[in-house]
Amino acid sequence: MAQAAAVAKPPAPPRRRRASATPRGLPYLLIAPAALLMLGFIAYPVLSVFYYSLRNYNPTKPWRNGFAGLDNFTQAFAHDPQFWDTLTFSAKWVVVEVALQLLFGLALALIVNQTFVGRAVGRALVFSPWAVSGVLTSAIWVLLYNSQTGVSRYLADAGLGSYGTSWLSDTSTVFPAAVVADLWRGVPFFAILILADLQSVSKDLYEAAEVDGASRLKQFWHITLPHLKDAIVLSTLLRAVWEFNNVDLLYTLTGGGPAGETTTLPLYIANTSVDAHNFGYASALTTVAFVILLFCSIVYLRLSKFGGESR
Amino acid sequence: MITEIAPAPERVAAEPARPGRKRRAWDEVPRWQIYVPLTIYLLFTLIPFYWILLFALRPAGSTSLVPWPMTFEHFEKVWTERGFGTYFTNSVYVGLATLVLTTVVALAGGYALARFDFRLKRGFMLALLCSQFVPGALLLVPLFQIFAKLQMINSLGSVVIAETVFQLPLSMILISGFIRNVPYSLEEAAWVDGCNRMTGFRIVVLPLLRPGLIAVGSFAFVHAWNHFLFALMFLSDQGKQTIPVGLNTLMSSDSVDLGALAAGGIIAAVPVVIVFAFIQKWLITGFSAGAVKG
Repeated sequence: MAQAAAVAKPPAPPRRRRASATPRGLPYLLIAPAALLMLGFIAYPVLSVFYYSLRNYNPTKPWRNGFAGLDNFTQAFAHDPQFWDTLTFSAKWVVVEVALQLLFGLALALIVNQTFVGRAVGRALVFSPWAVSGVLTSAIWVLLYNSQTGVSRYLADAGLGSYGTSWLSDTSTVFPAAVVADLWRGVPFFAILILADLQSVSKDLYEAAEVDGASRLKQFWHITLPHLKDAIVLSTLLRAVWEFNNVDLLYTLTGGGPAGETTTLPLYIANTSVDAHNFGYASALTTVAFVILLFCSIVYLRLSKFGGESR
Repeated sequence: MITEIAPAPERVAAEPARPGRKRRAWDEVPRWQIYVPLTIYLLFTLIPFYWILLFALRPAGSTSLVPWPMTFEHFEKVWTERGFGTYFTNSVYVGLATLVLTTVVALAGGYALARFDFRLKRGFMLALLCSQFVPGALLLVPLFQIFAKLQMINSLGSVVIAETVFQLPLSMILISGFIRNVPYSLEEAAWVDGCNRMTGFRIVVLPLLRPGLIAVGSFAFVHAWNHFLFALMFLSDQGKQTIPVGLNTLMSSDSVDLGALAAGGIIAAVPVVIVFAFIQKWLITGFSAGAVKG
């Protein structure tokens, strides 16, 4: 009914009109629930983290609570080797994960973007780990990695490696083992986003390139990749922030061990606040993490000239 | 409807030029270059799934590589003895409540962002984007203190609120994009016909938003279903915990019962797999509608 009216009516002016009966405050009323929730449960906690970062605050040692100035920060930067270790590990984790996920995700997207028999099923299967949670991923890989009945046992049966190999409790294998587990879940994210962006490449460009005799590799390099650039920049950034912040997988898979070998900065912060009750110090570390994330994001967007001439 | 019809003539006009062309280069990729890497990757994807099914279905202590003889003892054990029946109910409650709350609040906010110009709009949009950088995991302690003050520790409501809050910004950005795709003239026409803003929205815009709302709702549900830390921190009472917390408990005990862990994992996966199968097809089209490019 309404649509028929829309057709009959002369074309509406592009300018936005206000419905005559709409009260002025309506948009504010509409965003109010969202704004209040975010003020109360994001903005306020963030501010309180900044506040506590300048204080000594430990519920188990109330006699020491009070204003601390920048003590927490000097402690972190000058006297806490664990801060530097966990920060370095976080950087290594994020760079390795995001780079590998992007590489495999891009390759997968290009493959399932082709026309071939079984494409729909192939896509659904390839993307399926995307919705699996970090804890479930850990559960699955604990089953694969365990020393008695995991994959290593069957490899040993076949004469590869030795019985009782536990990749998660050996300091030399825990990093690649954890990386592979997180890759399993992370690659579909990139594959989905890149595949979505591939849909919008104009086919005329390829036809023109083909007329000019450009090879497939050249077409990829000069047409596909520039087209994907903004999507790649944005998705790598979002993923890097997410990989940095997310603690589900490592917390449940390795617990940060063995010997603190896989403790990221957020895991260290969680331990400091939850187990050691040192809220003041944990807040300072959180503030440092915020600043590092923000700084890296800005630098990354600048260096990659996001939203620049490419489109 | 109108927007779908409009571009069609152009496509028809462009078509006749094509049939005579030779096959295009991107159709000529040798088949093995598709199937070989795809098969290798599928093995990597599917073996872990097979592994968990195997452990869940074969009897305890078996080392057979096929789940035969098949048994459901692990499922019974995990569901009753390990409390997964209760966890499942709690997870469903948290997931559905988060879905409803997120969708309703994001729909209201998204409509305001799509259809009005108001003074705080730019600032609000900026706040939405910035909130993407705020890690929920690092706000555990202040959030815990807030919920303690509200007397909501050990109540599922605390987890619902926390999940909703971190789900809201992205949902609102997505929904406002979907609303912008509905021509404003449709709504104006409804007002001419005597609808007020609310009824106009309900009978004209809402039906067209259904696919978008299903997507946003599914995301909210899956995230709430999967998320672990908030439930771990805010719910200490065993009868209040959710499935991811239950899985973590199974994993962190001294001698892990692998059969129970596998069965628990499958219980955790089933609803997500169903939702995923449901939305998978237009996950791609939903994203390429411009949502990601903002």
